[in-house]
Amino acid sequence: MELLEIVNTKLKENFADAIESAEQLYDYPVFTVNKDKVHDILKFLKEDEELNFHFLTDLCGMQTADEKQLGVIYHLHNMPKNYRIRLKTFFDINKPEIPTATDLWPAANWMERETYDFFGVKFKGHPNLKRILNVDEMDIFPLRKEYPLEDQGRTDKNDSMFGR
Amino acid sequence: MAKEIIKRTKLEIAKSPEGLEGPGFFATKLEDAVGLARKNSLWPLPFATSCCGIEFMATMASHYDLGRFGSERLSFSPRQADMLMVMGTIAKKMGPTLRQVYEQMAEPKWVLSVGACASTGGIFDTYSVLQGIDKIIPVDVYVPGCPPRPEQILEGVLKIQEMAQNESFRRRESDEYKKMLNSYGIE
Repeated sequence: MELLEIVNTKLKENFADAIESAEQLYDYPVFTVNKDKVHDILKFLKEDEELNFHFLTDLCGMQTADEKQLGVIYHLHNMPKNYRIRLKTFFDINKPEIPTATDLWPAANWMERETYDFFGVKFKGHPNLKRILNVDEMDIFPLRKEYPLEDQGRTDKNDSMFGR
Repeated sequence: MAKEIIKRTKLEIAKSPEGLEGPGFFATKLEDAVGLARKNSLWPLPFATSCCGIEFMATMASHYDLGRFGSERLSFSPRQADMLMVMGTIAKKMGPTLRQVYEQMAEPKWVLSVGACASTGGIFDTYSVLQGIDKIIPVDVYVPGCPPRPEQILEGVLKIQEMAQNESFRRRESDEYKKMLNSYGIE
């Protein structure tokens, strides 16, 4: 709880409009922020002397249940003090653009490529935004809910076998 | 002399094909002699990508010993291999690599598809996994199982041996064979 207060106070001071929510989920402080300000906030969290979130643990994409929004989630870590927080930002699925974090953490490079590969999030300013895991010819973003999970090339399967 | 050694060590040597035998000579069909040689010296190329590959390691090791069937020598270069053993899930991204390996093998060549994943995609009915290697290369023998036991893999190899022995000498030159390869887009 303390950490949530510390970070929340600092963020409210500097980015009052951009913080959409701040809550404690289990033992993790989670902040939802406006996507236009996300890069400034990340930069602030990294460079502020007290907070000093110098390590990007993870960066990943998600899609909301109503299928209308995509999200990007950042997991940040301050190793000397062992602070960990989670930062979320959401945006319209039809305009999936967000600034890159590669200028802050080089580690974001491959994670952003993976997020682009599976969700089609375009990271503006990324030096090499192309598919990383799937085949280059793939023309879908497979983890979006609009695309079916199963291989569509199979001819030996029909729905009657599965009671659909 | 040779026969005595065979008795003492319980080794069986391959039966000679039908032919005309006499003092100091033995005449048979070239096709039979070549078939015999091919059958008993199949060099496998193991293309092992997952758990079926672990079963193959057991098949190759001393207990099951694939070496008993003349396949002691694994060839990790496709250019010297006779039998491509595909064991495990083939992701779509791996497809072109597998195909290239197949294309690099010299004729005559055989393909053994080991396990549910290599044969049909198995439980991985998903956008990223090839739904059976026969979508990209021709397969001679399928071994079912998830994963199959070493005995089953041996059975599959024995089936390939049978094919290698009985294959017509001109099969690989035939129009039918070329047509079959062309249907996979292989020249």
